[in-house]
Amino acid sequence: MATMTYRDALNAALREEMQRDEDVFLMGEEVAEYDGAYKVSRGLLAEFGPKRVVDTPISELGFTGIGVGAAMVGLRPIVEVMTFNFALLALDQIVNGAAKIRYMSGGQIGCPIVIRGPGGAALQLAAQHSQAFESWYAHIPGLTVVMPATPADAKGLLKSSIRSDDPVIFIEGEMLYNVKGEVPDEEYLIPIGKADVKREGGDATIICHSKTVTPALRAAETLAADGIQAEVIDLRTIRPLDTEAILASVAKTHRVVVAEEGWGFAGVGAEVVDVIQREAFDELDAPVIRVHQADVPMPYNKHLERAAKADAPKIVAAVRRVCYRD
Amino acid sequence: MPTSSPSKSTPKRSASSPPFASEYRDWLRMMVLIRRFEEKAGEAYSLGQIGGFCHLYIGQEALGVGSISALAPDDYVVSAYREHGLALARGMAPRAVMAELFGKATGCSKGKGGSMHLFDTSINFMGGHGIVGGQIPLGAGFAFAAKYRGTSQVSLTFFGDAAANIGSFHETLNMAGLWKLPCVFVIENNGYGMGTAIARAAAISDLWQRAASYGMPGVEVDGQDVVAVRLVTEEAVARAREGDGPTLIEARTFRYVGHSMSDAASGTYRSKEELEASRQRDPIVLFEEKLRGLGLIADGDIKAIEDEVAAVVADAVQFADASPDPDPSELTTDVYAPEGGR
Ligand SMILES: Cc1ncc(C[n+]2csc(CCOP(=O)(O)OP(=O)(O)O)c2C)c(N)n1
Ligand SMILES: [Mg+2]
Repeated sequence: MATMTYRDALNAALREEMQRDEDVFLMGEEVAEYDGAYKVSRGLLAEFGPKRVVDTPISELGFTGIGVGAAMVGLRPIVEVMTFNFALLALDQIVNGAAKIRYMSGGQIGCPIVIRGPGGAALQLAAQHSQAFESWYAHIPGLTVVMPATPADAKGLLKSSIRSDDPVIFIEGEMLYNVKGEVPDEEYLIPIGKADVKREGGDATIICHSKTVTPALRAAETLAADGIQAEVIDLRTIRPLDTEAILASVAKTHRVVVAEEGWGFAGVGAEVVDVIQREAFDELDAPVIRVHQADVPMPYNKHLERAAKADAPKIVAAVRRVCYRD
Repeated sequence: MPTSSPSKSTPKRSASSPPFASEYRDWLRMMVLIRRFEEKAGEAYSLGQIGGFCHLYIGQEALGVGSISALAPDDYVVSAYREHGLALARGMAPRAVMAELFGKATGCSKGKGGSMHLFDTSINFMGGHGIVGGQIPLGAGFAFAAKYRGTSQVSLTFFGDAAANIGSFHETLNMAGLWKLPCVFVIENNGYGMGTAIARAAAISDLWQRAASYGMPGVEVDGQDVVAVRLVTEEAVARAREGDGPTLIEARTFRYVGHSMSDAASGTYRSKEELEASRQRDPIVLFEEKLRGLGLIADGDIKAIEDEVAAVVADAVQFADASPDPDPSELTTDVYAPEGGR
C-alpha cells in the first residue's frame, strides 16, 4: 500500500478513469492550465490535452448545464466546481436538469455526470465561503451524494462515481486535501451506498461523514480513555443512505450521536435520526443527539468560527450525554 | 444609442486650470493611502493577524479613486471581495477597515465579515461580496430603489473582468438597460480572473462592447489614469442621474499581486516580464509625474503625503491589534432582525 494524500488519491482516480474511458472529460474553472484551484487535477492537462481537460469561464450555470447536456448524449463529464458555494449558481441545471432527465424522459435518457469539488468550511472564509450543502442535494430524488473522508475512500468512490450511469454529487473538503492515508496499489472500486465502520466499539455509535470523521475518531480516543468505547460509522455516501449499517450499529450500542459539519435544521442528521426512530425505536437506551454547526452563517472572527463549528469536544460531550455520563 | 470607446465628450471646463486641480492632492493621497494600507494588510496576513481569503487592490488604485470621486455622498457603491481600496476611497475609516480584516469587534462589520465583506451604511458602501457576480444585480437593485423612491441617487457597481462572464452580468445589464436604471457598471479589467487570462475566458475581450447588447453606452478607459477614470465616470453618473440610464465602463488596469494572499503574483499563468511591464504604468507614479509636470506638486509634498499616510496606516494597525474580539454572544446576533417587522 502506498501512502498518499486525499488530493493525490483523487488525482489518481481521475487519471485512471480518463485512461480507461475516452468519454470521460474534466471541465471547470482553473482545472487545466492552473492544474486546479486546489491542484486536484495536477498534470492532467499535460497527459490528456485541452480536449479532455477544459478550462471554463466563471459561468457555473452554463458549464454545468453544458456538462448535463453532454452527459445526456453519452459523454461522461466530470464538472469541477471550485467550491460547492459556487455550485449554488448551477443548482437549476443540477436539480431541474440532471436529477430529473431519466424520469421525465420515461427512462430514455440518462445523465452520467459527476459534479465535484470541495464543500464545507475551511478557516476564516466567512459566511459565503463556508457552507456544507450535502443535505440540499440529498433531498433530491435522482441524485447520488458521495462524501469520502479518507484518501482510500476518495479514490475508490470517485472511480465508482465516474462509472455511475446517474448524476453524482461528489463533495470533497478543502481541509481534507492534505490528509494522508494508505491507498491500495492495485485497482479497486468502493461501492456507492456503503458506510464504513472506521472504529469499532460497543458503548455508543457516532455516525458521521466527510470532515466530521476525524473529530469523531479523536472523540472516540478521548472517550476510550474514560472507559467509553465508541463505534465510528462513516456514512461515505449520503444518498443512498446505508440504513443497514446504521441499524446494525444501533442494535449493538443502543446509543447514538450523529455529527455533521453543516446546519442542523433539515440536515443529514435529521434523516439519520428519522431512520433510527422508525426502524430501531426499541433498541434505543437514550434519545439520539446531534452535533452540527451553530444555526448561524459562518462568522469570520476565528474565535466565533471555532464556537460555531462541530468539533471533537462537542462530540465527546454528546456521547457522554447519550451514555448518561456527563 | 451610440457606443463608443473611448469616451470622447468631456465636460466643459475653464482652459486655464486643469480639471479637478483642487482635488488632485486628495486623490494622490488616497491612492498612496490605499497602496500603503494594502501593503500593511499583506504583512499582517503573513503574520497571521488576518485570516481567510484576502485580495489586495495594489495596482488598481487610480480606478477606485477616480471613479468614486465622481459620486455624491448619498450614492451607492458595491463591489466584490477586492474592496479594501474601494471602501477607503469611499471614505471608510482606515481603522474600521483594518479592524475588520483583523476580525475585531471594532471592524466595520463587527468582525463577522472579514476582508471580503466590508459594509458601512453611513457612506452607502454596500459590501463586500464573495460570490463572483453576486453584487451586480444588487447594484442595479439600489438603482431600482432610488428610481422607485424618486431620489437622485446613483449606484456604482464594481466587478472584475472575469465576473462579466457570469449570468448575473447579462441578466442585470439587460434589465438595467430596459428600465433605464440609474446605475453605472465598472469592470475592473485587470486582465485575469485568478489564473485565467481574459482572452481564454471571454469570446469578446473588449468587454465594453457588450454594452451594445443591453442598450447602454460602453466606454473603455485607461484605469491607470485617475483623471481619465474620473472623467468617464462623471459623465456616466450624470447620465444616470438625469434619467438616461446606465453605462458600462471597462477600465483597464493591473493587479501587481497574486489573486489573493495565497497566490503568487506571477507564475505559469503570467510571466514576470508581463508583471514588470505593467509596473511601468504604476498609477501612483503616473499621477505623481503628471502633477509634477503641471507644477502642482513638489518632492516635499509627496514626502509629506507619505509620512502622513504611514502614520494613518500604523494607527489603523495599532487600533486593530488592540481592539477586542467580538463578544462570544455575537455568534447568534444579526441572523434575524431584532424587532421582527413593521
Ligand atoms: C461564482 C463564483 N465562482 C468562482 C469563484 C472563485 N473565484 C473567486 S475570485 C475569482 C476570479 C474573479 O476574477 P475577476 O472577476 O476578474 O476579479 P479579480 O479577482 O481579478 O478582481 C474566482 C474564480 C467565486 N468566488 N464565485
Ligand atoms: Mg480580473
